[in-house]
Amino acid sequence: MTTIAFVNAQIACPVAGVKPGGLLVRDGVIAAAGTFEVPGDAATIDCGGKTLAPGIVDLGVFGIDRAAFRAGGIVRVALMPDGNPVLDDPGIVQRAALIGKPDLWIHPIAAATRGLAGEDMAEMAICASAGAKAVGTGRHWIADSGVMRRVLAYARDLDIAVVAHAEDGGLTGGAVATDGETATRLGLPSAPAAAEALAVARDLMLAEDTGARLHIRQATTAAAFDLIRAAKRRGVRVTCGITPAHLHLSDIAMSDFRTYAHLSPPLRSESDRQAARGAVADGTIDVLASGHDPHGPEKKRLPFTDSAAGMAGAETLLPLGLMLVRDGVLPLARLLAMLAANPARVLGLETGTLEAGKPADLMLFDADTPWQIDGSAFASEGNTPFDGLPVQGRVLRVWKAGREV
Amino acid sequence: MQPSDHRPAAQIPGGAVFPHRHLTGIDGLQPHEIAFLLDEAETWVDANRSHAAPDKRLDGLTQINAFFENSTRTLLSFEIAGKRLGADVVNMHAAQSSVKKGETLIDTAQTLNAMRADVIVIRHMASGAVRLIADRVDCPVLNAGDGRHEHPTQALLDALTIRRRKGSIAGQRVVICGDVLHSRVARSNILALTALAAEVRVCAPSTLMPAAIERMGLTPFTDFDAALVGADVVMMLRVQNERMAGGYIPSSREYRLRYGLTPERLAKLPDALVMHPGPMNRGVEIDSSVADGPQSAITEQVEMGVAVRMACLDVLTRRARGVEGWA
Repeated sequence: MTTIAFVNAQIACPVAGVKPGGLLVRDGVIAAAGTFEVPGDAATIDCGGKTLAPGIVDLGVFGIDRAAFRAGGIVRVALMPDGNPVLDDPGIVQRAALIGKPDLWIHPIAAATRGLAGEDMAEMAICASAGAKAVGTGRHWIADSGVMRRVLAYARDLDIAVVAHAEDGGLTGGAVATDGETATRLGLPSAPAAAEALAVARDLMLAEDTGARLHIRQATTAAAFDLIRAAKRRGVRVTCGITPAHLHLSDIAMSDFRTYAHLSPPLRSESDRQAARGAVADGTIDVLASGHDPHGPEKKRLPFTDSAAGMAGAETLLPLGLMLVRDGVLPLARLLAMLAANPARVLGLETGTLEAGKPADLMLFDADTPWQIDGSAFASEGNTPFDGLPVQGRVLRVWKAGREV
Repeated sequence: MQPSDHRPAAQIPGGAVFPHRHLTGIDGLQPHEIAFLLDEAETWVDANRSHAAPDKRLDGLTQINAFFENSTRTLLSFEIAGKRLGADVVNMHAAQSSVKKGETLIDTAQTLNAMRADVIVIRHMASGAVRLIADRVDCPVLNAGDGRHEHPTQALLDALTIRRRKGSIAGQRVVICGDVLHSRVARSNILALTALAAEVRVCAPSTLMPAAIERMGLTPFTDFDAALVGADVVMMLRVQNERMAGGYIPSSREYRLRYGLTPERLAKLPDALVMHPGPMNRGVEIDSSVADGPQSAITEQVEMGVAVRMACLDVLTRRARGVEGWA
């Protein structure tokens, strides 16, 4: 029986809020938070007044990048099914679920359809028993509404969430940017922002109809937020997420053909960016995720239309989230809910808070440490559109189930 | 020869006439820099028409025309321009190159650079590809068209044509009609003509009109007849046949009906200049009698193309040649 007493910390819990105190951990499980008698057999860790918070549950990463996750305070990741091979087979799902342990828990999002082709349903139940915590459509939507409805209905029976990509593929086919002045000036193929709301509207209707749990991995436009807000009010079981890029950058970041700003969905207009910040503030957006998708120069140092979409986001997720706290968009406890408690709930995981009985998945961070984002110093690939940006907040130590990572 | 309305930078204390290393686009050029290139090109028009002894100022320099996308007219124009100036011109076609074997553009750029070219002319099917190469080579790079992005020498030759025919560009009402969405010619022309204070109108069906195009300082039209009212210059763009198969336009005859420059439409504009970057779809976006008629400047555009490209090749290599004042 090992006991650890974290003392002299700012205890930041999505449920209990932020206050000075300590945290008692027994056998990898949180025993008490706040003020408590330090047992004689406990190993004491002095947190030096820094912030102790639940480790980040990153909902929707495309690559397993341990060093980057460690640096970013990420203890659990939900792995997107778009790998090679696609996560549509129980054996592959099980392997993915096991390779990270014990330091990093990987929760696979199994492919909802075989090969992510959007046609035949994959073995969702067997994949779930093999460790999948959700099923997903991957980088694209399921074009056939009949298939999507059956996926949602079947996932409803299994009580697992369907993680959907919300872009109407008919509108976005071949597009690498959002319609607007930047795309027009650069001569980049672009699609209207309404492509997102179209897909969101359909999937909301189907989720409402089937009673399924729908998680829209990235919602980024004002029209989509309006639809989700209204659906939540009606009681539709929908959650949605976003990455820091769509909260801090607009499509102007693609100027000069900067392929590091080539994302999926593409960066939006400034008014959509403002709407996204509003949707974080009013709680419409539930999850803040990194969308971690590391690409080397062979995928990024290409003409914009030929380059791969995506950014390395794991190491900058917390500081870019803290920027929202500093801007007054939301309080720290709510940010931690978006980073840990809410994604855990979507995935059906008993973690993400500092309540007694929860696994001691923890990160200790200094919210004030200033540093400058430097992609070349990243653990693996440095494809970040935030290169050079001064930020504050750095993860100091990370524990998975009471064991330091 | 028309003197430009804009004061060259050389007359501005501390300014350089043309401080750019490459010509990747009209974007980023100051109006006086565009005018300077036009003034330079003007001298080559005269030289090309006279039978004076050729000026081989690029003698001993190597010019590589790296064309990753098929082209006949632009490639020929750049080749003639380089050869008139005495350069050793080498053409690289993508079809014959290692690009087909999966070599990345950066590797190709480094290969070209290692060949020690003195100037590289590039055409590529991807927007931004020329800038990507330009950032990685030591010699000047000329954009001969990149995707839907820019085709600066086309805009310069069009501006030169208008300036010679109309006396000036400022205040001219220029209507650009056709597939604006996919057109690099339209983008470069919009940038150049608005920089030189022309009144630009673009006209296309909404399926071929880029979003937020009005943010480029022009007026968009979907009705060709409304756009043509009071036009001084009508610039027709080529519409690719594959776009007229129902994807963007129902048919070529419907396109001609709504957007074709017919003798009837031109009859209302007796003083307008008719332009087309070629190759033309005769009987679709432009009728033969208009293309070959007295108001047409289409063959003159081709002539200006050689002069403009000579000017660009000359200006961009001046630093390397150690021309006085350019070191």
